[in-house]
Amino acid sequence: MMWNEMIESMSREEMRKLQSARLKHIVEHAYHNTPFYRKKMQEMDVTPADIQSIDDIVKLPFTVKQDLRDNYPFGLMATPMSEIVRLHASSGTTGKPIVVGYTRKDLSMWSEVVARCLTAYGASKNDIVQISYGYGLFTGGLGAHAGVEAIGGTVIPISSGNTEKQIQLMHDFGANILCCTPSYALYLAETIHASDIPLEEFKLRIGVFGAEPWTDNMRKELEEKLNIKAYDIYGLTEICGPGVGGECACQNGTHLWEDHFFPEIVDPATLQPVAPGEPGELVFTTLTKEGMPMLRYRTRDLTSLNYEKCACGRTAVRMNRILGRSDDMLIIRGVNVFPSQVESVLLEMPEFEPHYFIVVDRVNNTDTFQVQVELRPAYYSDEMNKVLALKKKIAARMQSVIGLQPDIKIVEPRSIERSMGKAKHVQDNRKLV
Amino acid sequence: MLAKQLSIFLENKKGRFTEVAKILGEAGINMTAFTVSENSDFGILRLIVSDTEKAIAVLREQLYGVSVTDVVCLRCPNQPGSLGKAMDILTKNGIFVEYMYAFSQGDTANVIIRPDNLEKCVTVLTENKLELLAASDLYKL
Repeated sequence: MMWNEMIESMSREEMRKLQSARLKHIVEHAYHNTPFYRKKMQEMDVTPADIQSIDDIVKLPFTVKQDLRDNYPFGLMATPMSEIVRLHASSGTTGKPIVVGYTRKDLSMWSEVVARCLTAYGASKNDIVQISYGYGLFTGGLGAHAGVEAIGGTVIPISSGNTEKQIQLMHDFGANILCCTPSYALYLAETIHASDIPLEEFKLRIGVFGAEPWTDNMRKELEEKLNIKAYDIYGLTEICGPGVGGECACQNGTHLWEDHFFPEIVDPATLQPVAPGEPGELVFTTLTKEGMPMLRYRTRDLTSLNYEKCACGRTAVRMNRILGRSDDMLIIRGVNVFPSQVESVLLEMPEFEPHYFIVVDRVNNTDTFQVQVELRPAYYSDEMNKVLALKKKIAARMQSVIGLQPDIKIVEPRSIERSMGKAKHVQDNRKLV
Repeated sequence: MLAKQLSIFLENKKGRFTEVAKILGEAGINMTAFTVSENSDFGILRLIVSDTEKAIAVLREQLYGVSVTDVVCLRCPNQPGSLGKAMDILTKNGIFVEYMYAFSQGDTANVIIRPDNLEKCVTVLTENKLELLAASDLYKL
């Protein structure tokens, strides 16, 4: 099932025509209404007249998160505030938050793209959807909410937190679909298994997980533990929130709604486009957003794109799994380390819980790399040697996946923080001058 | 003839053992014997207690990693040479001891043994007329 079959299965050629027309329009809009973009383009000696087709996008300047902070709060809006009907903000871990504004038309575009995702997962008006993303300034809750209303489903707007109540309502209301971060879903699954309500009494069939990168192993674990099909929903506040893309039943890449969000992959070091299919940093240009258009916004997400037509019938480009972030990538003793690699090792080893915490430090000019993990209950032992053997085993496995052997520290059950939202997995204590 | 031993995973942090002792004390559980095996970042506390099931329940409720193992409790006279005699019997019969610990009370000594082969260990010790302490008696000490 497709929500917007005409767009979702449009030929590549038609899509490029549509993208070209929309790019011309949005560049004019941004140039004439946002001093920030006008100045940047003038510095590069580019005017809207230079943009005649989607191929000309490479002439445009990049935008980065710092630009949003520098223009806090409303400096990047391209319409008068009287046209802005909603604000969202993402809590920056450092400094000011970043703020985005939506016009009425932007909100309707947003609910349309979330509706496309939900339909692709197999959701319909017959579903009861529990939205456990936070409601408020975070885009997750209200973004998913509008999409469910668009397809006519029943929303349980429970927001995040209060795990016991989440489970009770999920059970009593017979929720079919759960929307939350994958790490919170794992926590919910653990809590359900620890409760006295049997899993068979729940009606969940679909999980809509996003807001943090996850792996196929994590998908497998969530599908088994909750007896659901688990799908990725991709998005970021700067571009619009959840719904920039979503998977289909094939679970073979995340379809990006490229009639609204044009994706490019560039080499994060040189900023030059990579060869088709090669991995690099994902960059988006919003093709229709009026309130706060983004030109070539660098997401810092590392991935690759697949333009082949999908078995589901959609022609919309597919994004492969996110390999990591170009900015939370750790360089330890010269080795690039992605927290997702640590996670993938944990998920393939039944002896360990899927939760972890990485501590990086520098002692005597040498980087230290510690990974804290928890044993699963059945693997505690009276024998020191058995526990030490497990420690060795996981260290060796990580060495082969990451190319660097971590110091494994087995910690007591539940001492690694279970997050309600985005999990914090890394503490880097190095002071690098 | 077999007794239950608890093994608790503890990180090498201040106050961990104190907490376990408090939890058991508050639950009215007595410790008969214990030993700690440790390395640089964690330890395994092995315990014989008065009420094994209850101890497991209260410790798991406090999120401790607990496992249960069967052990043998040998009772021998508290005098030179008596342990050597018992150990010699085990060695001659090819029984490997993973670990053991002991405590004495006046004239008698109690030795908790975790052999690689429990059944054989019990058979061999009994056949050689050595005294094994019943679990119920051990828990009362």
